[in-house]
Amino acid sequence: MRTQMSRVRGLGAAHAGTAHWWSMRISAIALVPLTLWFVFSVASLVGAPHADFVAWVQNPVVAGLLILFILVGLKHSVQGLQVVFEDYIHCEGMRIAVLLVCATVHVVAAVVCVLAVLMILLKGGF
Amino acid sequence: MSGHQRPLSPHLQVYRPQITSGLSILFRIAGVITSLGVFLMVWWLVAGATGADYYATFADLLGSVVGRFVLFGWTLALIYHLCNGVRHLFWDAGYGLGHEAIQPTAVAVLVATVLLTLGIWILAYATGGI
Repeated sequence: MRTQMSRVRGLGAAHAGTAHWWSMRISAIALVPLTLWFVFSVASLVGAPHADFVAWVQNPVVAGLLILFILVGLKHSVQGLQVVFEDYIHCEGMRIAVLLVCATVHVVAAVVCVLAVLMILLKGGF
Repeated sequence: MSGHQRPLSPHLQVYRPQITSGLSILFRIAGVITSLGVFLMVWWLVAGATGADYYATFADLLGSVVGRFVLFGWTLALIYHLCNGVRHLFWDAGYGLGHEAIQPTAVAVLVATVLLTLGIWILAYATGGI
């Protein structure tokens, strides 16, 4: 049984529509090149002295790509983990608590990582 | 809830393990492991912003046997999640869902995962010797 109103809203039985699904696909597509760039760049930085690392981050293109990777990657991570927790934690109170902790950790991680990149970019570190 | 056990529909345990179902659950597990790597990324960037001494300590820690083991596991999980994620994106677009495609693409994902992961590590050893 669907009313015309529910069909227009397009939110389905879960009242959330397809926003989460689309967000996961779009971040996934963006993360394919970003991740390949990130892992191969970091692999070639292995063993390099600290000065090389700082010089690398101080390239504005690198700093920009790092911030993009951090933000898009953490968004994909928090939305992906959300589905895993929703699937396996059946106790509602526990589920909400875990989702809140997970989201908080991701937001804090994003702020710390972006600040670290910006501080290195602008003044070589904290 | 009463103690009475209601009948359940057939689940994982009644099916013969297959590469398709194996890769499916591995995709999720690899995604969770990749997410745990967020802590490593925060640590790495904070170490880099803190200074040369702490950055060297961090590099030594990750260069140890345990550190290399953790890093290898993490890159393997990340690359597998990426490769199988691309396979999922093709499915979402409506391609490769047929019986004839599902097995070859599974094998292709495994081959690509091994090649890319080895490529990353060969590059890491060639440039820095870790």
